[in-house]
Amino acid sequence: MSESRKTAIDVRGAVKRYGDFTALKTISLSIYDNEFFTLLGPSGCGKTTLLRMIAGFEDVTEGAIFLYGDPIADLPPNKRPVNTVFQNYALFPQMTILDNVAFGLEMRGQPKSQARKAAGEMLELVQLSQFAARKPSQLSGGQQQRVALARALAPKPKVLLLDEPLSALDLKLRKAMQLELKHLQRETGITFIFVTHDQEEALTMSDRIAVMSAGELQQLGEARDIYERPRNMFVADFIGETNLLEVSVDAINAGRATCHLGGGHELSCNAVEGVNVGAKVHMSVRPERLFMSEGPTDSEGLKGTVRENIFVGTDISTLIDLDDGPKFIVRTSNSDRGNKRIFEPGNEVYVNMEMEAARLLID
Amino acid sequence: MAGGAASGGSAATDTYKEARNWLLLPSWVYLGAFVLVPVIMMLIYSFLTKEFRGGVVWEFSTAAYDQFFFDRGLFGDEPARIEWTYITIFWRSIWQAGAATLLALAIGFPTAYFIATRPEQARPMWVFLITIPYWVNLLIRTVSMKFMLRDSGPLNDFLIGTGLINDPISIINTNFAVQLGLFYSYLPFMVLPIYASVERYNFSLSEAAADLYASKWVTLRRVLLPAVKPGVIAGCILVFVPSMGSFLAPDLLGGAKNFMIGSLIEEQFKGNAGNWPFGAAASMVLLSMVLIVLMIFARQQAKAEKEAS
Ligand SMILES: Nc1ncnc2c1ncn2[C@@H]1O[C@H](COP(=O)(O)OP(=O)(O)OP(=O)(O)O)[C@@H](O)[C@H]1O
Ligand SMILES: [Mg+2]
Repeated sequence: MSESRKTAIDVRGAVKRYGDFTALKTISLSIYDNEFFTLLGPSGCGKTTLLRMIAGFEDVTEGAIFLYGDPIADLPPNKRPVNTVFQNYALFPQMTILDNVAFGLEMRGQPKSQARKAAGEMLELVQLSQFAARKPSQLSGGQQQRVALARALAPKPKVLLLDEPLSALDLKLRKAMQLELKHLQRETGITFIFVTHDQEEALTMSDRIAVMSAGELQQLGEARDIYERPRNMFVADFIGETNLLEVSVDAINAGRATCHLGGGHELSCNAVEGVNVGAKVHMSVRPERLFMSEGPTDSEGLKGTVRENIFVGTDISTLIDLDDGPKFIVRTSNSDRGNKRIFEPGNEVYVNMEMEAARLLID
Repeated sequence: MAGGAASGGSAATDTYKEARNWLLLPSWVYLGAFVLVPVIMMLIYSFLTKEFRGGVVWEFSTAAYDQFFFDRGLFGDEPARIEWTYITIFWRSIWQAGAATLLALAIGFPTAYFIATRPEQARPMWVFLITIPYWVNLLIRTVSMKFMLRDSGPLNDFLIGTGLINDPISIINTNFAVQLGLFYSYLPFMVLPIYASVERYNFSLSEAAADLYASKWVTLRRVLLPAVKPGVIAGCILVFVPSMGSFLAPDLLGGAKNFMIGSLIEEQFKGNAGNWPFGAAASMVLLSMVLIVLMIFARQQAKAEKEAS
């Protein structure tokens, strides 16, 4: 399905070295036309480096980058039809808001009056028309952020790069801007490459996510896919909350693997290529896909004792010690509680899981 | 303690005020002793009558200013005409100092930019290297410049050696030699303030400009220069003002034709041939010129700041 879509940015075996430090180790990925694509990973994993290579601020040590089929790795930044929203906004302090937004249009050869008119329209889109005559220092952080966005969008780039554009905003504004950004992306049809280290933000906004760690691509896929089918331990652990269990694979039968959790507890889940009988691997189970019951509901109920309930707004997390086995976290939505029994610390419970909830991970 | 809390508060501010005044005293003393008193002395001397072997007679006179601006013939009995001699010298000083300032800007700006873009640990070393030649006395530096530039000096030898020219170029005793001398005398005053402002410059602004399709030249003109303008203006003033009043470079490198106002003033106070009131009057004219330039600058700066806020 998605394979047939046009590719906007194609990174082919890109390597970045600073002296003898390798910041990016052979990254290959394709970003589709019209897509909201997110680079996600912990601090220092190389997200900014990759983005700056696409923008042209860093040269590519090895490999190539294509923009709609054209190699761009050797073009200077001012020759690439790609614009950036900088993390610190980088608005020109001596120019008015309007002139900031008109700058890129003027540089592309539009006459000043026309550039200003288009810039005015752009400011309207981000609802900042009344600030057109001000200087950047006279705006709040959130307003500056929107100016930076308008300035980068005004020349209608083929691809927009955003390096943690929301990280300086408070939570509420941040949530509002997430929706606004997503909305703008749909409206303009421009390909967005968004960088963040916030997994929740990535899941909310992205069509597809590339999870990176230590200069390597860990997994690339649709947001839901990454959340529900993490490939390895890093991704499972980094994205969302999860129960990471050490298991040994006892048997594999017709695509199902039977795994041993210790303490006599057993679970079965889909087998994964590369994990064979006898292997000791990790298993990930999302806490919201577990539920508790007083007695065993089927053959796979795991018996344990409730240790603690933690109230987390919309949900309640229940910590459970399996008898002689590992610990589990079970998440129950508060809205479900009406028709479910509440287990108190000390109660005996059975932990059950939905189909397909458990995932074997290749490390 | 009868006054209670309210008056206690105002007493505290009074104490601060008093302390502040005392702490400011050294600067007031300094400004008084080394700025105000000399300027007033100069002003008074410019309105006194000259004594023939240097020095003054304590008698009010406007003769010094009259001599600076007007020509009344050899015996002082003809109708007054404008005296162009000194105005020409003055004009030449402005022109020479301006050229030296431009030269210093042309060399100083790239130098400052270069230093400010080195790795942080390396910058102090570059600044230090820039200042090393200036540990040598100005007189000695200017004299050695004379040797460098003369017809049979190293510069001409080098140019002839490379085959670029066949005959030595006469640089010494020209306007250009004076400009070179002034430029070299005050170059660090250009480099250092510009360096300080480029170092504070947020280089992601240049990246943003390039990202928005600006060429290097446009980025320099429309983004970098406006941001470092205060440093550039400070550098220009710091080179222009002392260049205006300088006499070493014009004397040693310019010869008799390329007299500047500094040399004119210097001569009035040297030996027995001088004319103290005239020297003081010329100094006052120079000072007023410089003050006018500074005031125009300050006014513009205030206007720019008002616009920004
Ligand atoms: N100019 C440079 N010289 C040497 N190492 C660098 C340079 N720039 C980045 N690095 C290193 O490359 C690695 C990746 O840096 P990068 O800025 O891409 O991280 P990031 O994923 O954007 O992190 P963050 O979320 O903190 O912004 C880091 O270990 C960093 O120290
Ligand atoms: Mg970064």
